[in-house]
Amino acid sequence: MTESDSILRHPMSKYIREDRQPWIYCSGCSVGVVTQMVARAIDNLGLDFTKTVVVSGIGCTGRTSGYFKTGTYHTTHGRAIAFAEGVKIANPELEVIVVSGDGDLAAIGGNHLIHACRRNIDMTIVCVNNFNYGMTGGQFGPTTEHERYSQTSPRPVGNVEHPFNLVKLAASSGATFVARWTAVQARRATKSIETGIKKEGLSFIEIIGACPTEFGRMNRLGNGVEMHQHLLEVAEIQNGLPAHEAELHYDTRIVCGEFVNIEKPEYTVVLTEMNERLKKG
Amino acid sequence: MPERVMFTMGDIACAEGALSAGCKYFGGYPITPATEIAEWMSIRMPEVGGAYVQYEDEIASITSVIGASWTGAKSMTATSGPGVSLMLEAIGLAVMTETPLVLVNIMRGGPSTGQPTKGQQGDVMQPKWGSHGDYQIIALTPASVQEMFDQTVQAFNLSEKYRTPVFVLADETVGHMRERLVIPAKKDLKLEYRKLASGPPEDYLPFKPGDDLVPPMALLGSKYQFYATGLTHDERGYPSDKEHVQIELITRLNNKIIHNADKIIDVEEFMLDDAKIGVIAYGTPSRSAKKAIKDARDEGIKVGMLRFKTVWPFPEEQVARLASQVDHIIVAEQNLGQMYYMVKAEAAPTPVHLMAKPAGMPQLPNEILDKVREINSL
Repeated sequence: MTESDSILRHPMSKYIREDRQPWIYCSGCSVGVVTQMVARAIDNLGLDFTKTVVVSGIGCTGRTSGYFKTGTYHTTHGRAIAFAEGVKIANPELEVIVVSGDGDLAAIGGNHLIHACRRNIDMTIVCVNNFNYGMTGGQFGPTTEHERYSQTSPRPVGNVEHPFNLVKLAASSGATFVARWTAVQARRATKSIETGIKKEGLSFIEIIGACPTEFGRMNRLGNGVEMHQHLLEVAEIQNGLPAHEAELHYDTRIVCGEFVNIEKPEYTVVLTEMNERLKKG
Repeated sequence: MPERVMFTMGDIACAEGALSAGCKYFGGYPITPATEIAEWMSIRMPEVGGAYVQYEDEIASITSVIGASWTGAKSMTATSGPGVSLMLEAIGLAVMTETPLVLVNIMRGGPSTGQPTKGQQGDVMQPKWGSHGDYQIIALTPASVQEMFDQTVQAFNLSEKYRTPVFVLADETVGHMRERLVIPAKKDLKLEYRKLASGPPEDYLPFKPGDDLVPPMALLGSKYQFYATGLTHDERGYPSDKEHVQIELITRLNNKIIHNADKIIDVEEFMLDDAKIGVIAYGTPSRSAKKAIKDARDEGIKVGMLRFKTVWPFPEEQVARLASQVDHIIVAEQNLGQMYYMVKAEAAPTPVHLMAKPAGMPQLPNEILDKVREINSL
């Protein structure tokens, strides 16, 4: 490697499988931005990277785990959290991070999401919400707004269904740390991911992202830059707002911030304590 | 732990077998008639410093078991047919990522909800063909409480040795019958553990096999970094859509079982030496068959039994040998005929007669005896 090569290397590349470059993401996609947020959070916290496990499901965001140069696992569709639970319970010393998309985590994997929140297992779930199934070509999903257009909710009718608000869902299911940011608020989002990792309990961080190739194209929202500019314009920071007020209206108002940060006994801690108590008789 | 003797049921023997094999993680969901395994595990796991985790469904259960296994914990789940139906996609993931785990199916009546409290052997094709794609599986069929213990230990050993999911397929009667169980002293049990990654981490190729076609495994949290994916992958573990990668990977995954089939397959030969009629059975019907064979021998009929203790890989050679020796084969199974078709394909041209019973009560000894007499008179 020449000196100029080493200067050009990205500071986060030490965590990344560079031999897997280029990324599969389209230009203008937010998933790469979120990948960097996770890498920076790991870096800022000085985590023992070999003890860090990155898990994802299926889809565009589901490819994230494969870029991290540590123990990583790419599960079947929707099952990232279930896999991560097995990992964390079998070896509580590991730092477990789930990175996956809204379709993966909230539709096919929705049951695992709410039950993991209820159980309060120490893991950090980073959900990139781009309002559609990008990998399969842009169909509506569990977060697609009513009357939005997609490959399976075409003009002129649009989406017949109504979306989940994932912040409300995670909070009401029992997550101990819940935040939402847009992909543009990279520093704040990274801080929340750090807080989530440090938190002894289940942390859910939603990152609102842009999918210009599919969702943006079909709803005429512009290119990647324009979509990210829009996210910045409509993001409204309301730290500490009760989660049930964390509204998300794509056109006008995306409430961002940290909404939940509560204490609740964590699953593996309780399990270890119970086993210890039993041993002492 | 010294030798222990219990009078207990098959489900509990299975759980004790898992614990003796070193199982430290059970992820499950209650279902009749396998629930006693979960209940026993919920009592015993904390005593051995392991985890009993009850999930929201069978999909989460099996996927969490895959996760636990990748940390190095011997891991299992137990369910019945409806649960296995939900787990099939993840079984493919475990095959593809070469994850050791044990899956116990206490078989009940199907299809669908069927007869939850009645036994059947309707799920013996499911492990082999249920998940999509070309793959091999290992499935063991115990016929007694002692075998529930022994073959659960064996299931863990095979799963560790070949880095693959292994089924214990027991009909409900075996799961719920109570018999004497001898749990051997720990020192008398031979236990396998997966071959682990070694050498410099920078040279490690997570899916590069050894001579036995099984790659050494790196664990999550170890110094070895890896990417495991259900996507077709090369030796580095990286996804690939190249034709040769797909062919090489699935050929190896299949061959690591096929090439070792003679080491995996386990059968019992009962009174076969001079037999002219061969009964093939597994699980509870094989117990009825033994009594029927003894009674038939008293009548001078030369009959014996080939009992499958392993249905997958299918005991092809053993069936072919039997077919070359006997004039007739009777397959007695508690379904409408599943292994029958496998036997028929292997035994041709020797005639194979099906004694099917797709219901909770297995074939009774006198029913099998009648069938033996009938075939003997042909």
